[in-house]
Amino acid sequence: MKTNVKITVNGTVYEREIEPRMLLVYFLREELHLTGTHIGCDTSSCGACTVHLDGKALKSCSMLAVQANGMSVTTIEGMANGEMHPLQKGFHEEHGLQCGFCTPGMIMTAADLLASNPNPTEHEIRESLEGNLCRCTGYHNIVKSIQHAAKEMQS
Amino acid sequence: MTKIRCKTSKEIGGMGHSMKRKEDARFIQGKGNYVDDVKLPGMLYMDIVRSPYAYAKIKNINSEEALKVPGVVAVVTGRDLEKYNLHWMPTLMSDTQMVLPTDTVMYQAQEVAAVIATSRYAARDGKEAVMVDYEPMKPVIDAHKSLDADAPILRPDKEGKTDNHIWHWEAGDKEATDKVFNEADVVVKQDMYIPRIHVASIETCGCVANYNKVDNHLTMYMTTQAPHAIRTVIALVAGHVGLTEEKIRVISPDIGGGFGGKVPVYPGYVIAIAVSFLTGAPIKWIEDRTENLQADSFARDYHINVEMAGTKDGKIQATRFKVLADHGYTDASANPSKFPTGLFSIGTGSYDYNNAFMEADAVYTNKPPGGVAYRCSFRVTEAVHAIERITDRFAMEVGKDPAQLRMENFIKKEDFPWKSPTGWEYDSGDYHAGLKLAMDTVGYDDLRKEQLEKRAKGEWMGIGISTFTEIVGAGPSKDFDILGIKMFDSAEIRVHPTGKAIARFGTKSQGQGHETTYAQIVAEELGIPAEHIQVEEGDTDTAPYGLGTYASRSTPTAGAAAAMAARKLREKAKKIAAYLLEVSEEDLEWEPGKFFVKGAPEKVKTIQEIVFASYTNHPPGMEAGFEATHYYDPPNLTFPSGAYICVVDIDPETADIKVRRFVAIDDCGHIINPMIVQGQVHGGLTQGIAPAMYEELIYDEDGNILNGTLMDYLVPTAVESPNWETGHTITPSPHHPIGAKGVGESPTVGAPPAIANAIVDAVSHLGIKHLDIPITPFKLFKKLKEVGAIS
Repeated sequence: MKTNVKITVNGTVYEREIEPRMLLVYFLREELHLTGTHIGCDTSSCGACTVHLDGKALKSCSMLAVQANGMSVTTIEGMANGEMHPLQKGFHEEHGLQCGFCTPGMIMTAADLLASNPNPTEHEIRESLEGNLCRCTGYHNIVKSIQHAAKEMQS
Repeated sequence: MTKIRCKTSKEIGGMGHSMKRKEDARFIQGKGNYVDDVKLPGMLYMDIVRSPYAYAKIKNINSEEALKVPGVVAVVTGRDLEKYNLHWMPTLMSDTQMVLPTDTVMYQAQEVAAVIATSRYAARDGKEAVMVDYEPMKPVIDAHKSLDADAPILRPDKEGKTDNHIWHWEAGDKEATDKVFNEADVVVKQDMYIPRIHVASIETCGCVANYNKVDNHLTMYMTTQAPHAIRTVIALVAGHVGLTEEKIRVISPDIGGGFGGKVPVYPGYVIAIAVSFLTGAPIKWIEDRTENLQADSFARDYHINVEMAGTKDGKIQATRFKVLADHGYTDASANPSKFPTGLFSIGTGSYDYNNAFMEADAVYTNKPPGGVAYRCSFRVTEAVHAIERITDRFAMEVGKDPAQLRMENFIKKEDFPWKSPTGWEYDSGDYHAGLKLAMDTVGYDDLRKEQLEKRAKGEWMGIGISTFTEIVGAGPSKDFDILGIKMFDSAEIRVHPTGKAIARFGTKSQGQGHETTYAQIVAEELGIPAEHIQVEEGDTDTAPYGLGTYASRSTPTAGAAAAMAARKLREKAKKIAAYLLEVSEEDLEWEPGKFFVKGAPEKVKTIQEIVFASYTNHPPGMEAGFEATHYYDPPNLTFPSGAYICVVDIDPETADIKVRRFVAIDDCGHIINPMIVQGQVHGGLTQGIAPAMYEELIYDEDGNILNGTLMDYLVPTAVESPNWETGHTITPSPHHPIGAKGVGESPTVGAPPAIANAIVDAVSHLGIKHLDIPITPFKLFKKLKEVGAIS
């Protein structure tokens, strides 16, 4: 049995007929071919699949696509708006990524943080990243990348 | 801190410039191309049925219900693969490993059958419907009991096997070392366990096997750190069914972290190839995280007894190491063939003494196979942990400050090259300078004063030191091979008529930034701006043959090859410049990007003009074009070093451990890109704190893994990770073309003993002499309770 969903992703409305059990992350990756959102675990621990749902960061592996029916999703592919988002620039400038696999999730989580707290302390940044694992960078430069973006967004 | 050398302008961007990474653009915009992003027409999906038991007979596999699941097209078992003699495969250590079992499973989560379906969800449904009838047996889990007389013989398939012993290994001089021990003033001993851990790269392993029946050609997209070696292995394993090496193309796309875990050949890859070969359909297999943690190669699992002998005033005279290595049910380590313990024999450390003896015995148990790096150059982490812990124990025994004792025992700068008691020739180092810089940076003397004051008040803080010597860049062909293939690496540079280049390598970046750093090496040598040098790796149809990226070998081998290939081109450029300027070669001088006539700098030809001429106006008799290839066989390994100091505070009520500061001074020779080196150190340090304080794969006596998900296996988050303080000294490698040594793994190797030493130092006055890693607050709490320091 399949069901119809209508989900706005990065500003475009998509209507698809899907299995009700399909996770949002597979909907994005398999149905829409938006492969910037990654899968790194099966226990909602790693955060590589983080997207925005109606503006709030969410792990897209922990939600069914049908639950997002009628809602609006932003993925890493939708972050640049003509020019790169300050966080994308920040990660590049401060060497906040190595293998790049966790990066989209990190950027989406950080964007949510900066939306509610434009000038976070280092401690607040680290606390906000608790649900996003990175195995390459030791988080050191990810923290700096987010600080870099916060500064640019404030100026 | 030593100044980093920059011989080129920022525009050229050669060595020493913190050039921003060329590869970033695609990753920050969600346009990376990882293996799970590969989608081919007609592709089928594979999922794997796994054993719930650590040791069991398979009585029956019933696929009937699975085959009724909508979308399921096939269920493959060991019996199916047996028809093609593909049910076993060789490991990199010339042991044998099951692809799929025909009658016995040897560890929990072992592959039992594969389900092929039209979607990922259908494959998982099919997997749930496969009914396997097992007859469980009592497994061997404790390595110490594997050689007991009543232990079952786990590998009766190996002819003549009467016990679970795999191999015995020795290094050094036993007799001379025993003599020193017998006559020494002081002998300290310590048993320690370096636990089984997992690399847990954020991307799991997977592949898309695409066999084209019409062309008899296999394209294999896979998460591999060594695509060329894999192509050869596939040809060796599958040659008998007609899949010969020219018909195999391995593509290693973007890789989401490797750390050694993507070196081995896992059964899933082989099953996918076999099924694609039989069906003609592309087969995608992507393991989930739980499968990754529970079945893919582990790292470490060394039980070590280490001893140090010395004088009562603190001179180290000899060391002895005895290792029991738990390899699981097969030796699937990723080591060079002649080195069953990897480069463990670097364990004599950074100290000037002449006698050492090491031995190791490996055993089979009912645990997953492996023995991979976890960001470590072949068992160096185990060795460094042992020597750096026992050095602290020795300092404690003779009543010396551990920094002072190290300073007094270091090999001196002028004594390099230095021959180690186990036969290595350390190329260069300045250990005194490194430790001094680390001590000055952290404020060592003040910290010791603070520690004394705090102890008087009942507060606990500790300062831990690790001064390690790494051994990387495997390796010279006389000793180093994998399955007989020598461990050289390669570079091929093609410069186009307009002076822009493409450079290809036998290695494969998994986040190390090769697209940037290799371009910088070529820029350094040729003066072509790094931004105009496109670097490619990972496609065996286009890249020159090489052994891949692991064990911090890329800069020492392929990085050297880049410099050597570029130098061949510079020689050619010189000839063309002489022709164009109508002077002899001896009259020319080079500065980055141009040749000019000595004493007449206005008579000049830029590298771009020279390259253009090589296509449009090349000297008579000279080959046209501007390209070169080099296969670099290193004359020796490189020996990076570091001096790390960790400061911890312990909560006297809860035993909670807080890393207050961590200073890491690394010496990796000349630095290609300081920003990238620093990033490598940050990441490596975090993979050092991980096993020191958090990570361990835990099994119960029945072989059940107790923490096989990321909910329970504690990968450090941003919250636990300290703010790292990094610095460097520069002691170039004398034999490496650009004086570089490699750095990716130094911090993972060096950090754990610094942390362990700091924690033990914090509580040493309470009578605690050693704690095995991972040192969790609970483990420390129990120990403090045992010694009566906490109630």
